[in-house]
Amino acid sequence: MMNTSSTIPVEGAIEAPWTLPYRGTVGMACLIVAEAAIFIIFVVAYIFYIGKSISGPTPAQVLELPIFGTICLLSSSITVHFASSALRKNNLHGCTAFLAGTVLLGAIFLATTAREWYHLIYEKGLTIQTNLFGTTYYSLVGLHATHVVVGLILLSTTLAFSLTGHLKEEHEKKLEVLSLYWHFVDAVWVVVFLVVYVLGR
Amino acid sequence: MATPVLEAIDQTQAPPQGPPRPNVIYTWLTTVDHKKIGLMYIAYALVFLLVGGVEAILMRIQLAVPNNHFISPQVFNQLFTMHGTTMVFFVGMPILFGFGNYLVPLMIGARDMAFPRLNAFSFWVSAFAGLLLYFSYFGASGLYAAGSAPDVGWFAYAPLTAKVFSPGHSTDYWTLAVFLSGVGSIGTALNIVTTILCMRCKGMKMSRMPLLPWLYLVMASLVFVAVSPLTAAQIMLTLDRYIGSHFFDTQAGGSAVLWMHFFWIFGHPEVYVLVLPAFAFVNEIVPVFSRKAMFGYPAMVAASVSIGFISLSVWAHHMFTVGLGAAGNTFFVFATMVISVPTGIKIFNWLATIWGGKIIFATPMIFCVAFLFQFLIAGLTGIMLSAAPFDWQLGNSYFVVAHFHYVLVGSILFALFGAFYYWYPKVTGKMMSETLGKWHFWLFLIGFHLTFDFMHVPGLLGMPRRIYTYEAGRGWGGWNFIVGVGAIFQAAGLLIFCYNLVRSYYRGKEAGHDPWDAWTLEWAVPSPPPVYNFAIEPTVNSRRPLWDLKHPEDPDSDYE
Repeated sequence: MMNTSSTIPVEGAIEAPWTLPYRGTVGMACLIVAEAAIFIIFVVAYIFYIGKSISGPTPAQVLELPIFGTICLLSSSITVHFASSALRKNNLHGCTAFLAGTVLLGAIFLATTAREWYHLIYEKGLTIQTNLFGTTYYSLVGLHATHVVVGLILLSTTLAFSLTGHLKEEHEKKLEVLSLYWHFVDAVWVVVFLVVYVLGR
Repeated sequence: MATPVLEAIDQTQAPPQGPPRPNVIYTWLTTVDHKKIGLMYIAYALVFLLVGGVEAILMRIQLAVPNNHFISPQVFNQLFTMHGTTMVFFVGMPILFGFGNYLVPLMIGARDMAFPRLNAFSFWVSAFAGLLLYFSYFGASGLYAAGSAPDVGWFAYAPLTAKVFSPGHSTDYWTLAVFLSGVGSIGTALNIVTTILCMRCKGMKMSRMPLLPWLYLVMASLVFVAVSPLTAAQIMLTLDRYIGSHFFDTQAGGSAVLWMHFFWIFGHPEVYVLVLPAFAFVNEIVPVFSRKAMFGYPAMVAASVSIGFISLSVWAHHMFTVGLGAAGNTFFVFATMVISVPTGIKIFNWLATIWGGKIIFATPMIFCVAFLFQFLIAGLTGIMLSAAPFDWQLGNSYFVVAHFHYVLVGSILFALFGAFYYWYPKVTGKMMSETLGKWHFWLFLIGFHLTFDFMHVPGLLGMPRRIYTYEAGRGWGGWNFIVGVGAIFQAAGLLIFCYNLVRSYYRGKEAGHDPWDAWTLEWAVPSPPPVYNFAIEPTVNSRRPLWDLKHPEDPDSDYE
């Protein structure tokens, strides 16, 4: 029978205080790695099929640089950063304002994408069925837009909590996890922009 | 000097085992406890193991003699598709995740996984994915006909999967099932990594963590970069089939080879996703039954991590016969051969652990010894196939089938059986029967070697995989008959194992905390462990906290 109450003296004191990383951050980092792998596959497919469509239209004929939308989306990365640092300093009003700004900028980006798709589908006649360009373009940009939508839902929920006074300083780490996701969505857009609108044209 | 203490042993009594309450189903359906979810994963995988085993037996009956018409060619195509998909996605992944779920928090001294509800979500998504795959038998042709399971093979090469070549919905069921299983796998992998990085008990630095969590960390990290590409490819295939995109549509310029790349970027690391947990079980069992500390712990960790990295650059050795060009061939030949170096390090470390130990040949240990032997042979045929010219000759032959079953059955399944016998006392509080265990081992070992040793031969004689039947004059008949006989032995062994699982639960000897005199934290808690795992949060000072506890005069922490 084992001695169930034994204790062992240990030489010397236990070193530094025992701290481990915040699980929200690690979990989000894991999700980002997995999502990045999914995006890489779609980007590889896009690059692989550049110039391989056997019918038109080609990217050079129909795509225009989405400068305005890109500026909005990238700025929203800055505003969400300010929102979480405002919360860290317990500046609740500032946090609400920056969150609202982030949601607004993200929504404008989505609106520019919607307008672009409308233009492509109804005026240029490019759908996902038209050719390989349509297939890879709509799936890659659409996959990114889906992530923007998910981010906007999460950010709007946070904004609603913030407006009703439920968002407190103690939620600062959670907001940081959310902003990590939003930064990732923005970073993916940089890649999509370079591949689709610069390299692909 | 006042010193801190190690308090690992839980003195709390296990809660009394009352009669099952009426809400027992509700409890299991809604649980977020890592142990219950782990057990559900394992039970669900065992059910599918039996289903996949029946499919294998049907195929072996069909192939046992030449010109056989035991089942129709259509059914045969469905059987090998369902067998492969089931065994990889609905047996291998869930059973390994099940063990991980159960063991990782206990071994690192944590209360639960990092995200218990995500854990339940991942399990149920995976479970429904399996049901969805098998629902194709009823639903794949709508109301018109039953019996139209997917028949495109487990790697579902394009353009066979296109709507024109695979009409009906059977391929859709396959795609959606694999997609959902991928979502569940990524969720659980995320949970495992986060648990290991953020939930370790006091004093358990990464360098003191048992090897099982270490290998699960590598495996789960691999899942992110391996399973995600498959998930992406399934999205593309679904778009192709449902809204007419052209990713894999060769008529519109799409590429069938692209699918092969995407599939094998998943497919080869997947082998390591499955085998790393098997290594993990052997890492825990071999030292305990050799009565020695693990030989070369840092080398073991380094080898596991490097296997994780190298496994990402070997996928195209599945595609030598496609024609990759000289540069591509050379790269993938060398990458594949290089991966045998860290794998070899592991084999030597296990041998060095056993060497000079007081070996106890209990059932878990004999399964591990068989694992060592069979994994070595699997690795050797792997090196043979990694040489592109050899692969051109034998690619897609039964030699390849024999090789990867040596890995999946001879290595992974044997290690898994060892793990069942080793941790069953912890899970149930009862010992499994050693007599039945030995019967299981010997029957399965004989069956395994009859089947998979002799399966190499028809491959060398030119028998391709996935053929429905063959002419008598080919000289494959006798070999295939032996292969079929082996399958019967394996089935008998498996049935004894299932009987042993059930019987030992009711009639097994009481196990107590620590029946094997082991050294890791899961043996410090009662068997079965209470819901809260540890009454006192443990503190550890070495890799073998229970050794320290049992031998205060000579603790490991003096040497590490």
